[in-house]
Amino acid sequence: MGHAVFAEGLRKRFDRKAALDRFDLAVPAGTVCGLLGPNGAGKTTAVRILATLLRLDGGRAEVAGFDVAREASQVRRQVALNGQQSTVDDVLTGRENLVMWGRLYHLSKRQASVRAGELLEQFGLTDAADKRAKHYSGGMRRRLDLASSFIMRPSVLFLDEPTTGLDPRNRGEVWREVKRVVGEGTTVLLTTQYLDEADQLADQIVVLDTGRVAAQGTPDQLKSKLGGDRIEVVVRTSEELPVVRGVLGPDAEVDPDGFRVSAAVTDRVAALTRVTSALASHGVEVEDIALRRPTLDEVFLAITGHKASEVRA
Amino acid sequence: MRYAVIDSWVVAKRDLIHWLREPVRVFANLAYPIISVLIFGLVFGSAMNVFGGGDYIEFLLPGMFGQTIAFGVGTTLMMVSMDADRGVTDRFRASPMSQTGVVAGRSIADLVNSSLELLVLALCGLVIGWSFHDGPLDALLAFALFLWLRFALVWVGIYLGLLVKPEAAQASWMFLFPLTMFANTFVSPELMPGWLRAVSEWNPLSSTVAAARELFGNPGVGGDSWAARHSLLLAVLWPAVFVAVFWPLSVLKYRNLSR
Repeated sequence: MGHAVFAEGLRKRFDRKAALDRFDLAVPAGTVCGLLGPNGAGKTTAVRILATLLRLDGGRAEVAGFDVAREASQVRRQVALNGQQSTVDDVLTGRENLVMWGRLYHLSKRQASVRAGELLEQFGLTDAADKRAKHYSGGMRRRLDLASSFIMRPSVLFLDEPTTGLDPRNRGEVWREVKRVVGEGTTVLLTTQYLDEADQLADQIVVLDTGRVAAQGTPDQLKSKLGGDRIEVVVRTSEELPVVRGVLGPDAEVDPDGFRVSAAVTDRVAALTRVTSALASHGVEVEDIALRRPTLDEVFLAITGHKASEVRA
Repeated sequence: MRYAVIDSWVVAKRDLIHWLREPVRVFANLAYPIISVLIFGLVFGSAMNVFGGGDYIEFLLPGMFGQTIAFGVGTTLMMVSMDADRGVTDRFRASPMSQTGVVAGRSIADLVNSSLELLVLALCGLVIGWSFHDGPLDALLAFALFLWLRFALVWVGIYLGLLVKPEAAQASWMFLFPLTMFANTFVSPELMPGWLRAVSEWNPLSSTVAAARELFGNPGVGGDSWAARHSLLLAVLWPAVFVAVFWPLSVLKYRNLSR
């Protein structure tokens, strides 16, 4: 099977506003694709159409080899959806949550309870298995939510902003779980507002802007398109600026008022070491030196020519 | 088909567990009827007249059954809108479970819930002097009419629940309360001003309550309007109309759910 998720010319309008406008997507089986974009760019709409929750107005889409419009029930057997909100049932225990979903995915009582045990183990929830989910921490709820998506070992998993609202430690945990299931052969379509999340998880990133694909490629390709990470050097006097520029290369940008010179780098830490020692050998007194990753706003500015916040619907 | 049954049961079980594990709701569900029987039966009761004569508590109980059933729509509405809001409905829709399972499960849980409320109310009524006089079969038929109305209201609740947010669902009580009072539940419509009397007589709840009074052999039956004279027919028809309208609306809304 070539593409686990394939969309061609998807169109969807809400009232008179286009949410998706000739949106194309091709995700090879067993890979992670990150849909990156600000609120209102059409990420969630795309996921909801592919998960058979929304009807499309035009174009066609296939998930796990089935047409989302004509073969919705086959698609539903192959996919799992994890939305922005937690669907964990607070009143039920962790185990009861998983058994319930197992039964709804049509496992027998025995199978559902065996599978629930396996998943609790895998997601590190065995100790809390028989506590009601309302006593779980944010990270545990997320893990339980993810676990419930894996009951049937779906061939395609849709993750809609899986770490929005989580602290860094819990984000790390979720990322680890996602990597693990990808290792087991699941294809993941992930939407996110965070560049570093797409960078961490995705083999391929698609940048959405007002319902269209604004750019796509591997994280490295996108970053080099942007100039990738930048190194910034701040010095004490303006006389030193040309020297710094000489070290950083001809493409460096000079900000004479801030005594600041910045340039794109690809090899991060190696570049930092190289620049530091080169500046030292030229006798330049460095006030500050730092590596900076481009923010989502900068990605947007570079790719679309306008700021992310300006496309907010 | 087998899966539709299993899915319905799994969803119903979830809803019933919710109910059992939230003591506040159990209390509210069961204590409210008891308290209101006491308030209306024993506090207001002494000052109440039944048009055509008869004991007020005998008149009141079928009305209380009716009000409890009508309030059920608020429960359905709340639960459905909370599920939709939390994305649980989306998970259901994106899963291979049968689509009837979700709503059938809801109906089962709500009917079990309402049956329990009716039972508590009836026991309470028997203690303070209400009774049925035309045999257990007619009495059971009367309860069946109440549950038939409840089943119809499940569909109204599902449709409205998919339409509104939980905050709005909470406000539904403000509309439900008067709707259960502009009826023959607590006072004979014959004693109301003309326009309100017409509204009360044609209130679908009145038909079920009037039919039940007849089947229980309780006072307050009669009235000369067409609606009052055909209460048994209307008690069957009104709910059927609700189902016919809100079933397809709910299914349509459920399929096209999009926020």
